[in-house]
Amino acid sequence: MVDFLCETLGLPGWMASTVVALVQCGLLLGLVATGALVFIWGERKVAGRIQDRLGPTRVGGAFGWLQSLADGIKLLAKEDITPKDADWLLFKLAPYVGFTASFCAWLAMPFADGWVGERVNAGVFFVIAILGLEVFGVILAGYASGSKWSLFGAMREAAQVVSYEVPLGLCVVVPVLIAGSMDLITIGNQQAGWFTNWIIFHDPAAFAVFWVYFTCAVASVNRAPFDLAEAESELVAGFHTEYSGLRWSFFFMAEYGSMLLVSALAAILFLGGWNGPIPIFREFILPGLASITGWPTDSGILEYVGDLAGCANLIAKAATGVILMMWVRWTLPRLRIDQVMATCLKYCVPLAAVCFLFATFFKLVPSANPMPLNRLAPAAERTAVREGWNAGAERVRDRVDAGMGTEGSGQ
Amino acid sequence: MTVLGTIHVHTLFFFLFAMSTCGFALAVAMTSNIVRMAFFLTLSLGSTAGLFFLAGAEFVGAMQFMIYVGGTLVLLIFGVMLTAQSRFISMRTRAGEWVTTLLVAGAFLLILLYVAWSVDAWTAAPPAHRAADGSLTTQIGLALSGVRLDGGTGYMLPFLVVSVHLLVVLLGAGYLARTKRRNRCVSDVHG
Repeated sequence: MVDFLCETLGLPGWMASTVVALVQCGLLLGLVATGALVFIWGERKVAGRIQDRLGPTRVGGAFGWLQSLADGIKLLAKEDITPKDADWLLFKLAPYVGFTASFCAWLAMPFADGWVGERVNAGVFFVIAILGLEVFGVILAGYASGSKWSLFGAMREAAQVVSYEVPLGLCVVVPVLIAGSMDLITIGNQQAGWFTNWIIFHDPAAFAVFWVYFTCAVASVNRAPFDLAEAESELVAGFHTEYSGLRWSFFFMAEYGSMLLVSALAAILFLGGWNGPIPIFREFILPGLASITGWPTDSGILEYVGDLAGCANLIAKAATGVILMMWVRWTLPRLRIDQVMATCLKYCVPLAAVCFLFATFFKLVPSANPMPLNRLAPAAERTAVREGWNAGAERVRDRVDAGMGTEGSGQ
Repeated sequence: MTVLGTIHVHTLFFFLFAMSTCGFALAVAMTSNIVRMAFFLTLSLGSTAGLFFLAGAEFVGAMQFMIYVGGTLVLLIFGVMLTAQSRFISMRTRAGEWVTTLLVAGAFLLILLYVAWSVDAWTAAPPAHRAADGSLTTQIGLALSGVRLDGGTGYMLPFLVVSVHLLVVLLGAGYLARTKRRNRCVSDVHG
């Protein structure tokens, strides 16, 4: 794309790169911000239905779908208060730290084959590393507020997130082990074809570890029943007690951004990423469109359409994950801090470790592994499709044609 | 446009990250509040990770985030927990400490400058085995398990030594931080 801008429009290199970077950041910011608006509205509707009431109904027609927008305008107009006892610098910066960490992880998240802000070779690792930094904003907020409620909330959050990073990391290693790569695009592409190719159906350990991952992900993004940091029944509002207005809303954008992020990560790692449960698109719709329009199936526009469908697929899966989290939040009671720690250390860590061991041994069973054990060879091939928006789709088709993507159904 | 056309994005970002690394490192030394210190340290280390990303070493950059920035996070938590007796404690630095610090830091800076100037050409072509950055992570992993594609000796032994060392440190930390019998009020916080 940089080359395109340089050659066609005659822009200098730095300007072309800046334009590309701005477009990508704008798209991602748009996704995170709009996602937060939609999911906050969705959360209120889901909560309402679960509690046998209607939720917002007035603003913007029958379903109150403009409620979050109205809330946003209200928050913009609110006074931005800094408490007298607060450490003003950290207090003002904390919401941005949290949001930046939540947003930065999106830079390495692919939405379809090749649709990624920056293709990071160790993408899974990068996302997990950045995701762990979101707690930083919460701790800073809790400390800088100069309030005991906030400090309590922040310390609980710190203990919780630092503990839950261990099982989360162990869970993530299992799909990495199965796919033989830490590149999110490679992992997604390997699950092309029928839903039996999804890593969650690869072996029993992968199936079990998905649920452990989901539990740990809910805990690591600080959602109920693990929302000890907020715990409004005991800590007023936890770490954001002293915040108001736009700064307060940044915490919520960060929270909903991370929820969508861990769900999207789950979708890529376990649930086939941008590949639908049934490969109708690559098998029927794209050839159909090709025969109608007369373009070859690997023409740019048709691949774009295919990738667009993949992107919609991924976002639908991620949104399903978020809705599942909402369901959990409004169904289960909040745990105590010792119960949270016990869940992590006594259940999640051993389960993840056992699944990891099982997956390691399963990897050694030759019949269950049509994928080559030695992943050194494709490294060069992987680098070849670094910058392309459309490249790589042929490889998926080749994989499917060669029957390489059908390992999951054998076991 | 001619002046603007000569701007190189990488150079620009290199200076941006380098300046924020050094600037926040200075801020760490200048601040007296321990949490602000940790915050600036995080920013400084994060900018270092940015330098790694700029150099194409994404795995090392992510490592920097995971280990150093995440480690500072734990440092921050302990800083708050251990110093939270009074609100926003500030640490005074005495003149003697300044002198020793300046001596040590100055000596280290001299070594770094010497090394920096002893390199012949910074713009030399990268070695051939590094050209394909897709295999960099694989190479790091292989080198840690004792195999190096470019023929050198691997890092199996240092890796093992470091991991045993870390295990000792972990056990020691657990021993030091264990709940003493005498103060019973702390014992109900599991962590």
